[in-house]
Amino acid sequence: MAQSALAISRKTGISAALLVLALIVLALGAVISRAETGAGLGAADWAAIRFTVLQALWSSGLSVLLAVPVARALARRRFFGRGALVTLLGAPFILPVIVAVLGLLAVFGRSGWLNTALEAAGLPAVSIYGFHGVVLAHVFFNMPLATRLLLMGWQNIPSERFRLAAQIRLTPRAMFRAVEWPMLMQVVPGALALVFVICLTSFAVALTLGGGPRATTIELAIYQAFRFDFDLGRAALLSVVQLVLAGGMALLVLRLVPDITLGGGLDRMMPRWDARGGVQRIVDTIVIVLAALFLLVPLVAVVWRGVQGWAQMPAQVYHAAGISIMVAIASIAVLLGLALPMAGWIAARKADGGEAIGLLGLSASPLMIGTGWFIVINPVADPFDFALVVTMLVNAMMALPFALRILVPPMRDAVRQYGRLSLMLDVQGWRLWRVVLLPRLRAPIGYAAGLTGALSMGDLGVIALFADPDRVTLPLQMVRLMGAYRMDAAAGAALLLLALSLGIFWICDKGGRWRAEA
Amino acid sequence: MLKLDDALIVQDDFRLEADFTLEAGRKYAVIGPSGAGKSTLLGALCGFIPLARGVMLWNGQDITNTSPAVRPMTMLFQDNNLFPHLTVLQNVGLGLRPDLGMNAAERAKVEAALEQVDLAAFAQAKPGNLSGGQQSRAALARVLVQARPLVLLDEPFAALGPALRNEMLDLVQDMAAQTGAALLMVTHAPDDVRRIADEVIFVEGGRAHAPRLAAALMDNPPPELRAYLG
Amino acid sequence: MKYLTFATATLAATTAMAETPELVVYTYDSFVSEWGPGPAIEKAFEEVCACDLRLVGLGDGAALLARLKLEGARSDADVVMGLDTALIAAAQETGLFQETDIVADYALPVEWTDPVFAPYDWGYFAFVHNKDVTPPANFKALGESDLKIVIQDPRSSTPGLGLLMWVKNAYRDEAPAIWEAMADNVVTVTKGWSEAYGLFLEGEADMVLSYTTSPAYHLIAEEDDSKAAAIFDEGHYMQIEVMGRLAGSDQPELAAEFLKFMVSDAAQTILPTTNWMYPAVTPDAGLPKGFETLTVPEKALHVDVQNVPALREEALAEWLKALSQ
Repeated sequence: MAQSALAISRKTGISAALLVLALIVLALGAVISRAETGAGLGAADWAAIRFTVLQALWSSGLSVLLAVPVARALARRRFFGRGALVTLLGAPFILPVIVAVLGLLAVFGRSGWLNTALEAAGLPAVSIYGFHGVVLAHVFFNMPLATRLLLMGWQNIPSERFRLAAQIRLTPRAMFRAVEWPMLMQVVPGALALVFVICLTSFAVALTLGGGPRATTIELAIYQAFRFDFDLGRAALLSVVQLVLAGGMALLVLRLVPDITLGGGLDRMMPRWDARGGVQRIVDTIVIVLAALFLLVPLVAVVWRGVQGWAQMPAQVYHAAGISIMVAIASIAVLLGLALPMAGWIAARKADGGEAIGLLGLSASPLMIGTGWFIVINPVADPFDFALVVTMLVNAMMALPFALRILVPPMRDAVRQYGRLSLMLDVQGWRLWRVVLLPRLRAPIGYAAGLTGALSMGDLGVIALFADPDRVTLPLQMVRLMGAYRMDAAAGAALLLLALSLGIFWICDKGGRWRAEA
Repeated sequence: MLKLDDALIVQDDFRLEADFTLEAGRKYAVIGPSGAGKSTLLGALCGFIPLARGVMLWNGQDITNTSPAVRPMTMLFQDNNLFPHLTVLQNVGLGLRPDLGMNAAERAKVEAALEQVDLAAFAQAKPGNLSGGQQSRAALARVLVQARPLVLLDEPFAALGPALRNEMLDLVQDMAAQTGAALLMVTHAPDDVRRIADEVIFVEGGRAHAPRLAAALMDNPPPELRAYLG
Repeated sequence: MKYLTFATATLAATTAMAETPELVVYTYDSFVSEWGPGPAIEKAFEEVCACDLRLVGLGDGAALLARLKLEGARSDADVVMGLDTALIAAAQETGLFQETDIVADYALPVEWTDPVFAPYDWGYFAFVHNKDVTPPANFKALGESDLKIVIQDPRSSTPGLGLLMWVKNAYRDEAPAIWEAMADNVVTVTKGWSEAYGLFLEGEADMVLSYTTSPAYHLIAEEDDSKAAAIFDEGHYMQIEVMGRLAGSDQPELAAEFLKFMVSDAAQTILPTTNWMYPAVTPDAGLPKGFETLTVPEKALHVDVQNVPALREEALAEWLKALSQ
């Protein structure tokens, strides 16, 4: 019944899905056609594969391990600024990687705040380069995500259980085993899997914090084969490895990966009768303060250094910012052009499955797609002319799985509630979108658009492959300033980038909800 | 007027047969146990559920496979009869112009309909700001401007209190009288049947029975109906 | 999609319009930076050429070559400046370059006969350190020390490649062992010289791979004599930076003119105090004051251009292996 209500949008939805599929498959085909399997993988390639898996294991393990006490503390404490802290946990999602790296460098770098303090105390310095740095940056990004997932787990525990536990006077330890441990057993594998898959395709972090051949991810190795040696065969071979590893892993653990809800609901507090003890209170307080410091200090460092360096930004930064804004807006347009029809199609279907195509975009790495498209375009045209177009498309594709997860459920609701009414009133086709679906989905569309805009604004991936002095996005410009060791100017650019990312997210998100009816 | 000829409606495991004719301007009540297929019958009439067998004729013309939008009928659902993001005026206007592009004459017509259901003052309000009764009246105003020869009501007033429901039923009757439309309404209340129905379609045991005169049927129900009425 | 193409096209168009002839020179980042030779060279050449000189910085020297291969015959570049002796063979292999008829009175430690590439400056690779650090006497001592060093990736950077050749040249079969010993001294491997030198200045390492001439920058430009180059007893590998014109250039005369300009006195006077290397042709006024304070290695190492590719491949594999453990 519902399917007839949206019959008209099926064609566009399937076309969009096929387009995404074609973009990936074509790139993949090109990559496979050029992969020099005969040459095999060298010692350094194996090292890159090992490093990629190892750092992903450590990153996911540490992120989730650290997230457990933080989520637990957040779940059972009520304090001033809790809401703000929970919101902050969502910030790394829209925080450009390169900005965070700069913040982490300011804090953990050799001459950063931490080492200055360590030195003053006569302690040995810590190094942020290499394995440590990559894992540190990944934990910075993914610990908040894991915390949110676990916090959700805690809040999904029916409060009756806590009430019951309080009545039968379980000790905190018994309480943990009886109520919290089973929940963790359910939520932790998914959180681990998600963070693991995210870290497998890490590029920007490894590019900036990797310490040479010892700390090279496959994604970075693709970039190096491409940019350093112009060895398309090896870039292609590594791309295949990346696809098998990251794509295979993503598909394998897909079932485990929890729904990514980024919206509210986490500020709900439930009354807890346990954990009133003084020791636990102190431990929770310490955990929360440490987590907040870990997240906040690098961000404060970015703002602090950014304000100082603002005046030293060369004109190219503003030019790059202009390009980034344009790319971000275009990515949003592409994303909505793909995600809306796809969401409409998926929502009108009875069975799931369409979303898998969106997830394919996540498992195919940006550099693999970039390499593939370079190979496709190169014989017929100058690939550099397509740098921005490819960047937009890839950015949109990377945001697609998130967008579908955001858009499909409300789309389903809209179809279920208003499909028949629309059909009866002859509100169909484009009219259906204009009169019913777009207005009904304004808030999620704004949210998805904001997320895409922020991701695109901060993205440093495919553009690095196609980089060209005339077509530099702001993150790339920032890396260049860092490369030229103009750290003040880079800090200024980081602040600008941070402002633009948060700004585009805020505008889209608020725009979607502005004067929207329930 | 509307003829269902040897029709079979199939939905998953559920089957419903129907073979009857509806006359213009008459008021029909559809009664029967829960899950018997009353809503399914209306869905099929309106074109949301395709017929697995048989044909539907409108004044002799085959409309079995036409889109709901072009069928000579309109329907009020149990809920979600109004788009919450559109104003009352726009919601009613959709009955005339599905693209919301009303001209002056159409607008005047919509305003007149709102006047008639006492909602003139709420033309620019969103449904969320209206009471349940007002929402029902807004939906009825749209039925009014649509002016289709057959109006299907799938218990649209079920959530209203008894007094308000009676008021709505009276309004529906007035409107039907005004436009000369036939009414087909699902109901659980024998009182409603007595109150407005000319004829009753009893749905039970996988079959929508042909309409019988309401008064006669209610006074002397067959065993299955008696079992249902209790 | 139409909108996207349009938007990109508009962006591209802004750079495409130029009325005076435009000479496009691909070079490394530090050349075009505001403190590098770029601005002065551009000004001086534009005064004599009636053209628009566009210096395009594309990473470090080795990345420059990769970029050129990537673009192939489609490249906009007329001249490539910033390859070095270690890359000449690979560059010639691309078949993208055209012979030059430049003749100059080169002041190089070796005789220059290459018909395609012309040198514009040269120097000795060396680790630069603060004077308060006691430098090691050779690679072996470096490997045994706790000193932290920053080096460049040989795949993207000419100094990085230079270091590879330096170690290979000095130690041959022992090179892998030397790299293994040095692996724990390497703080990080950067893409190019600028990153590495910046990290060093920022205090992230004790020593950085650069040139014996680098201390001159601090001395002359900053009146800071705290930096020195460590002299290694294995000898120092030499880098000669070269330029060449592309066969596919749409401005062949202008390109030839530019190469001539670069070995002329006008350009050669600029290079020592901006690129901080020895000039390829000694300027009429001699070397700038301060250069005489620089230590000169007693032993210069040099690999014949034709032997580089085979050696590079072997050395690179060894390096990758040692540093990826």
